[in-house]
Amino acid sequence: MDFFTLVTQLAEGFILTVEIFVLTLLFSLPLGMIVAFGRMSKNTIIRGIAKAYISIMRGTPLMLQIIVVYFAPYYVFELQMGRGYRFPAVIIAFAINYAAYFAEIYRSGIESMPVGQYEAAEILGYSKSQTFFKIILPQVIKRVLPSITNETITLVKDTSMAFTISVAEMFTIAQEISAGSTSIMPLMVAGVFYYIFNLIVATVMEYLEKRFAYYR
Amino acid sequence: MERQEILLEMNHVEKAFDGNGVLEDISLQVREGEVVSIIGPSGSGKSTLLRCATLLEKMDGGELIYLGKHACRQEQDKAGNSYCSYASKAELREIRKSFGLVFQNFNLFPHYSVLKNIIDAPMSVDKVSKAEAIARAEKLLAQLGLEDKADSYPYQLSGGQQQRVSIARALALQPKILFFDEPTSALDPELTVEVLKVIRQLAKEHMTMIIVTHEMQFAREVSDRIIFMEQGVIVEQGSPDEIFATDNHRVREFIGKMNA
Repeated sequence: MDFFTLVTQLAEGFILTVEIFVLTLLFSLPLGMIVAFGRMSKNTIIRGIAKAYISIMRGTPLMLQIIVVYFAPYYVFELQMGRGYRFPAVIIAFAINYAAYFAEIYRSGIESMPVGQYEAAEILGYSKSQTFFKIILPQVIKRVLPSITNETITLVKDTSMAFTISVAEMFTIAQEISAGSTSIMPLMVAGVFYYIFNLIVATVMEYLEKRFAYYR
Repeated sequence: MERQEILLEMNHVEKAFDGNGVLEDISLQVREGEVVSIIGPSGSGKSTLLRCATLLEKMDGGELIYLGKHACRQEQDKAGNSYCSYASKAELREIRKSFGLVFQNFNLFPHYSVLKNIIDAPMSVDKVSKAEAIARAEKLLAQLGLEDKADSYPYQLSGGQQQRVSIARALALQPKILFFDEPTSALDPELTVEVLKVIRQLAKEHMTMIIVTHEMQFAREVSDRIIFMEQGVIVEQGSPDEIFATDNHRVREFIGKMNA
C-alpha cells in the first residue's frame, strides 16, 4: 500500500473520529450540567442518584461501558439492534461517561463561587435564573475551562476505544491496515493524526481561555 | 421638625443560629431622611440585624415592615410557638426594591465593566431603558468621582473605587433606604476617607441610611441616631450627643476603646 492510499483511508476513519468527538461534546456538556444540578440538589433522592451515577461512570472502565451499552439491548431486553446500532452505542457510552466527569467539573466550579455574588444579585433583585445565567455561569465557565480542556484532550484519544465494538474510526482502520500489511506505519500515521487533532483542540481552548482573560 | 414617613419598622426581632440567640427582641424604626448608625463590638449581632433587615437572613420571630408593607409577620403555630411568616415571593420582590445594600467586600460582578455593573440591574430587573440606565449611571459616576472608570473592570480599581462603584450600583436602582454593612472595614485609612466622603454627601442629600460601622467619629458626625448593640440586644440608642455623653458604663468603655 502506498503512502497516499494509507493517508486517504485513515482520513476517512478520521472523519468518524471527529464525529464521535463532536457528538460526545454536544451531548455530554449539557448533560453534565443536568447531572451537576442533580448532584447539588436539595432533594436527597435526586442527589443520591446523581452521586451514584457519577461514581459508577468514573469508577468503571469506559471500554466496559461501551460494551455494556452495545450488548445490553440484546442480553437484557432481547432486542436485535443490528449493525447500525454500533455508532449510536459508542456515542451513548461516551456521552454518559463524559457527562459524569463534566458534572464534577461544573460542580466544583459552581461551589467555588463566593456566596457574596449570589447575595449581591439577590439584593439587586435578580431572579434565580437571571442570577445563574448572567452572574454565576459566565464566571464558572472561566473557572472550569482549564479542566474542560484536559477532558477534551483525553476525549480525542479515547475515541479510539470505539475499536472495541468495531466502529470503523481511524484507530480501527489503522489497526486493520497494520495487521494486513505487517507494518507499523499505519499506526504511526494515525498517531500523527491524533496529535495534530489535539494541537488544534488545545489551540482552540487556549483561544477561549484568552477570551475570558479580560477580567480577574 | 415635621415627622417623616416611617420607611422601616422592625418589631421584636428574634434570631438564633443553632439555638444560640443572636438577636433578642430588637425593635427599631427608621424614618425618611434619617441616618442611623449601628455600633457595637464584634459578635454583637449588628451585621445579623442588617442581614435580617435586607432579607438575606430569615428571622425566627418578630415583624419586618417596609413602607407599611409586611415582609414578615409574627404568627403562632398550633403548639403556641411563634414563628415568622414571610410574604409571598412576588411581594418580597416588590419590597426588595425599596432598599439597597452596600457590602463590606463590595461583591461587584468581576466579569462586568463598571458601567455594566451599574446599568445591568436597572435594565434586567426594573426594565429601565438602556438610555435611561446609562444616563443614571453616568450621573452617579460623576457624583462619585468615577467618570473616567466606566469602562474599567473591578479588578483594575482600588478598594475605595470598588466600594464607590458598589454604592453607585445600589443607588442606580433608586432605593428608599440604603444599608451599609461595615463599608470601610476592608479598606485602608486613605481609601476609607474617600468612601466616607461619599456617604457624608448622601447624608447631606437626605438619603435614608442605616450604617453598621466601626468608624466612631464618622458615626457621630453623620448620624441622626446611633444604636449601640451588644450580645444581641440594643443597649442604648439616641442622638450622637446623647450616646457620646452617655452614663452607660459599657457604651462609654466601647467608644473610649474605639477612639483610642
